[in-house]
Amino acid sequence: MAEKSLEDKVKDIIVKQLGVNAEQVTPEAKFIEDLGADSLDTVELVMAIEEEFGVEVPDEDAEKLQTVANVIEYLKDKADL
Amino acid sequence: MKLQGKNAIITGAGRGIGAAIAELFAAQGANVACVSRTQANSDRTAEVVRAAGRRALALAVDVGDCAASEKAFDQVVAEFGTVDILVNNAGVTKDTLLMRMSEADWDEVLRVNLKGAFNWTKPAVKHMVKQRSGRIINISSVIGLIGNAGQCNYAASKAGLIGFTKSVARETATRGITCNAIAPGFIVSDMTSELPQAVKDKVLAGIPSGRFGEPADIAETSLFLASTASSYITGQVLAVDGGMVM
Repeated sequence: MAEKSLEDKVKDIIVKQLGVNAEQVTPEAKFIEDLGADSLDTVELVMAIEEEFGVEVPDEDAEKLQTVANVIEYLKDKADL
Repeated sequence: MKLQGKNAIITGAGRGIGAAIAELFAAQGANVACVSRTQANSDRTAEVVRAAGRRALALAVDVGDCAASEKAFDQVVAEFGTVDILVNNAGVTKDTLLMRMSEADWDEVLRVNLKGAFNWTKPAVKHMVKQRSGRIINISSVIGLIGNAGQCNYAASKAGLIGFTKSVARETATRGITCNAIAPGFIVSDMTSELPQAVKDKVLAGIPSGRFGEPADIAETSLFLASTASSYITGQVLAVDGGMVM
């Protein structure tokens, strides 16, 4: 079986962390407004991403990660994943 | 059994109030990680826990050391699987009047009593948020509420612990975590036995109950705050002091 794409991995984390359906996790979906995340959820999400991809996300970067697409773009820039 | 199958970490578990909490928690079914600076003291309390038929972990850690505390926390998770209860009880005194107090006296008391709570609560909250449950109990002091001549460092650390408690309570309440503080009054322990008799007599005169407290008094209150009975209580400071502060 082929390895999951970066997009799918990110999607899986969001579905698991925020307890939403995969269909809700569109690129434009905003974590707080659209996916019902609170401040702790967003911190947990960033921690889960750090763990999964072995990257460190400083607070000033984390603030900018407001949508699903933001996270995917960020990870692509960050580590050539 | 009020804590059947629960896993607890107690700092300052080697003696006094911490040892009494460990003993009561074990009697109520909890496995206990006993943290103190001295291995021999941690071992002694761990033995008491094992004698009650529970699992124990004896750790010698300076709670003021952030890296060592985080490492020890991970060790507890590796051993027990989960952490359900954290009691930040470790505390020291370096008493003297402000005008005579050295920078070292100030720093050491704040480092152990206040930063120590930060060092253990941070990994605990990360763990408990994922777990969606947890109990954090910070052992403050009535001195943090009313102050005391000769203890400006200790009073500041214990008052700081109250602000810390309330903030952590607010941050974590939606995740089934409670964080409360206990403010013991004058409790008979190694920490208070050093005081001159004249001081003890004066303190006693200000206690409506007419007696000093026992470590068991604090252990019973900790048990309540660690149990399911208190799940709707968070961010509170409970004075256990024979009516000294009201």
